[in-house]
Amino acid sequence: MVLGAVAGIGRSTLALVAGLGRGVLFMAQTIAAIFSPPFYFREFASALLTIGYLSLPVVGLTAIFTGAALALQIYAGGSRFQAEAVVPSIVAIGMTRELGPVLGGLMVAARVASSIAAEIGTMKVTEQIDALVTLSTNPMRYLTAPRVLAATLTVPILVAVGDSIGIFGGYLVGTGRLGFNSAAYLKNTVDFLEMWDVTSGLIKGAVFGFLIALVGCYFGMNSGRGAQGVGRATKSAVVAASVLILAANYLLTELFFTG
Amino acid sequence: MIELRGVHKSFGNNAVLRGVDLTIPKGESMVIIGGSGTGKSVTLKCVLGLVKPDAGSVLVDGQDVTTADRDAFLARFGMLFQGAALFDSMTVWQNVAFRLLRGSLKKTKSEARDIAIEKLRRVGLKPDVADLYPAELSGGMQKRVGLARAIAADPEIIFFDEPTTGLDPIMAGVINELIREIVVEMGATAMTITHDMTSVRAIADDVAMLHDGVIKWTGRVDQMDSSGDPYLDQFINGRAEGPIAAVR
Ligand SMILES: Nc1ncnc2c1ncn2[C@@H]1O[C@H](COP(=O)(O)OP(=O)(O)OP(=O)(O)O)[C@@H](O)[C@H]1O
Ligand SMILES: [Mg+2]
Repeated sequence: MVLGAVAGIGRSTLALVAGLGRGVLFMAQTIAAIFSPPFYFREFASALLTIGYLSLPVVGLTAIFTGAALALQIYAGGSRFQAEAVVPSIVAIGMTRELGPVLGGLMVAARVASSIAAEIGTMKVTEQIDALVTLSTNPMRYLTAPRVLAATLTVPILVAVGDSIGIFGGYLVGTGRLGFNSAAYLKNTVDFLEMWDVTSGLIKGAVFGFLIALVGCYFGMNSGRGAQGVGRATKSAVVAASVLILAANYLLTELFFTG
Repeated sequence: MIELRGVHKSFGNNAVLRGVDLTIPKGESMVIIGGSGTGKSVTLKCVLGLVKPDAGSVLVDGQDVTTADRDAFLARFGMLFQGAALFDSMTVWQNVAFRLLRGSLKKTKSEARDIAIEKLRRVGLKPDVADLYPAELSGGMQKRVGLARAIAADPEIIFFDEPTTGLDPIMAGVINELIREIVVEMGATAMTITHDMTSVRAIADDVAMLHDGVIKWTGRVDQMDSSGDPYLDQFINGRAEGPIAAVR
């Protein structure tokens, strides 16, 4: 009984370590593929469109509601110390450092990691990946590299847009519901926001974008057989991308803002 | 020349290939026959390096496929997949011209399109299918687009996995003739898998029968009827009784 449980823990630990090893190997191959020719510009351009541009609505909507709710909460919290005036600057710092990149990243993960895993998984299951190989095309260069590069470059831009929309959401609530003066709110936002608040969030965005596309491609390429295999790959990609984003966010925050 | 020497391949507990030995001379047409699920497709994939054999070696012109330069190696091959494996995000002509639109064989777009339309004509498809997507075609049409893609860059070695399944008898005849032409006129080496005995007689120089993970019989196509091999006899005459258990 006890032995069985220990063996079970041992087995799943081994599986986890092996999975991590394969993941790291896949990441190394992806980075090598990004930096070695041939480059597929059409694939890259279409990845920019589907990953970046078409994610704008979902990132924008997430940001505006988050900024608005954040303003209400900080007002409520601040009023306990007669510090309601901090609302504009805390909204700005909270959005740019944490909520913009993390919530934006999670929304992009839901949208993009799933669709990449489903698309590549279907290609794998219907032998399209094998067909690519027989047509002298390396799937890592043709499929993975353009998507990962596009996500790494566009998610920071999505984060920047999300930051601005989130701050605007806070501004709407601050001036409309909490009685802030419009000019004072804006001045407060700008005066207390530092460049590093924004840049650190954008760096987080780039890391999250890289992880999202990488995980989508990894699970797609390793999809099991049949529709069930693709379904499982898609689900695993979203779960893994989300958990990795949250873990990476903690590590990056440690790195950027302590010591 | 393609040589398989003692090729073994298992998937989990399922030992599919158990020592396949086979030689396909240059410029000849080899047809592989055998029951469903005996590992014919896996054999082709082993030669292409899409499936890694557990043991044994595959040599193409004396060079081991695992040590060869992959790109140069694959540039000489064309492959028709059993399920066609067309890229569903691209139109028919872009599928056929895939190799001609990128890489070392890159041509201008209009040249590539012209070649694609010519190859489509050779497999009996009209130019107006060129701008459709694979999902808009019937199964037999997809198969023929896959065939056109396999031959688009005039490869030296061509693999056809069931080229005539899903085609009507007349179209099957057209495809058999095309494969024969490719071997005779272009001097290509061909390896074809088929269940269609009419096809076997039309396409093959040599025939090999795969059963129980090994090549049970191989020889010239005209020796096939007088082989005296009970497995081959049962197979080519389509009998339910014989050494091959039909109900498993
Ligand atoms: N990727 C794979 N993973 C696991 N098993 C596989 C894989 N590919 C093939 N097999 C197994 O190998 C065996 C042989 O498959 P293969 O596709 O080569 O058969 P075949 O001879 O081409 O049959 P058919 O005439 O029906 O096409 C089957 O039992 C199949 O389940
Ligand atoms: Mg098969």
